Amino acid sequence: MKPISRWGAWLCLAILLGAASKKPLILATTTSTQDSGLLDVLVPMFEARTGYEVKTIAVGSGQALVLGRRGEADVLLVHSPEAEEKFMAEGYGSRRRAVMHNDFVVLGPGGDPAGVRKTKTTAEAFRKLAASEALFFSRGDDSGTHALEKKLWKASATDPAGKKWYQETGLGMGATLNIAAEKKGYTLSDRGTFLALKKGLTLEVAREGDQSLLNVYHVIEVDAAKRPKVSAAGAAAFAEFMVSEPVQRRIKDFGIAKFGAPLFFPDAR
Amino acid sequence: MELLAQGIREALGLLLSLDPETLRITALSLQVSGAATLLSLLVGIPAGTALALADFPGQRVFIGFVNTGMGLPPVVVGLVVTVFLWRSGPLGSWELLYTPAAMVLAQAVLAAPIVMGITLAAIQQLPQALRLQILALGASRAQMAWTLMKEARLPILAAVMAGFGGVISEVGAAIMVGGNIKGHTRVLTTAMVLETSKGNFAAAIALGIILLAFACVINLVLTGIQQRSRG
Repeated sequence: MKPISRWGAWLCLAILLGAASKKPLILATTTSTQDSGLLDVLVPMFEARTGYEVKTIAVGSGQALVLGRRGEADVLLVHSPEAEEKFMAEGYGSRRRAVMHNDFVVLGPGGDPAGVRKTKTTAEAFRKLAASEALFFSRGDDSGTHALEKKLWKASATDPAGKKWYQETGLGMGATLNIAAEKKGYTLSDRGTFLALKKGLTLEVAREGDQSLLNVYHVIEVDAAKRPKVSAAGAAAFAEFMVSEPVQRRIKDFGIAKFGAPLFFPDAR
Repeated sequence: MELLAQGIREALGLLLSLDPETLRITALSLQVSGAATLLSLLVGIPAGTALALADFPGQRVFIGFVNTGMGLPPVVVGLVVTVFLWRSGPLGSWELLYTPAAMVLAQAVLAAPIVMGITLAAIQQLPQALRLQILALGASRAQMAWTLMKEARLPILAAVMAGFGGVISEVGAAIMVGGNIKGHTRVLTTAMVLETSKGNFAAAIALGIILLAFACVINLVLTGIQQRSRG
């Protein structure tokens, strides 16, 4: 047992050493920023520039906001405007700034069996989806995408809850896209994740371009006055970084080389 | 099916080219699960032996609890450990959440009942007369326990393998307390989840093959030790 336990002690030490040193900063964000690969580019830039070690927790916007509310995250990068406004109104955030946007797209199988492509508005498209009873895959996870989807159903005056054709995956955007493609159903996705995963999918854009499909990402600094354990300096540094000129330019170029189109459009003034 | 072949090719490619990211997450997987298994042995073997030798009212119920613990759902353990380690939680001041140490802790909680349960059964299965014999030779209770553990080393090594196998392959607790942070807490299983959600199925399969290969090597080594000590 002796050599084994010495080995174990060495391992524990290595792990502890690895965990220490840099200043940690917890970023709670949506799955779309991670699944699209954007954070893989921006986070190392930020770490190199500031010496913070960013711990990116990629969850739905709903969960990210809950983590912020509890003070378990320092800074949030989310896309659920109404929930964010509530978060700010309740005093959990000290500052909220627009970072970038892209848009949502309604995706469906090749032949567009529900006839969504012929519709004029997104509300009409959703009514059509309900009427045709084509399979629709919802995130069902309180994410920003799910929040918008619920809003769109409401705007179309239809209630899909409990219907057989309406299925909730409870998973992230990437996983939901895969399921929708596999089962030849419709779904709502942010354009960034869709473009990043498009290669392996058989889904096509069935509806796009409405004002109601706009997808805006905000960076929110969690208020350290309300949650004292939050790193206000780190949160401010990250937010400042996200809206800075060079990063905004990097966001604009991100994905063009790989996907032939930008995934996000910078919004900070 | 073609994905599987592609996965195998990618796994070989990643290993042969010594891809730094793959090496790092593989090393972290082994470190975290290795450390967690060691911790669980430190707790599980003595606790299992003590429980086997003890005699108290309600012992059967307690053993039932331990046996239930052998099947603890990783997600539940992950969630409970997360709540404890939150900044607002009782152990928040340790600042362990989203670190490899937190993953070690959660996986040790998962493995300890497995080690304890198998150790318990192994010791209980030794003939009752052996205990009396050892005591009659003038051994103290501690010496007797040690002798019994040595006597039960084959099933106890099986407990080591079961514990390690349980934690290196679990993902629920690792992703919850570790956060799957690139370069920091990303291990093979959480990387597989991420690659799958990104639609990189072949990459996920490649990582799965690497995981199985390493688990296999480690189990072969442990089996070697176990079988050698049989004689």
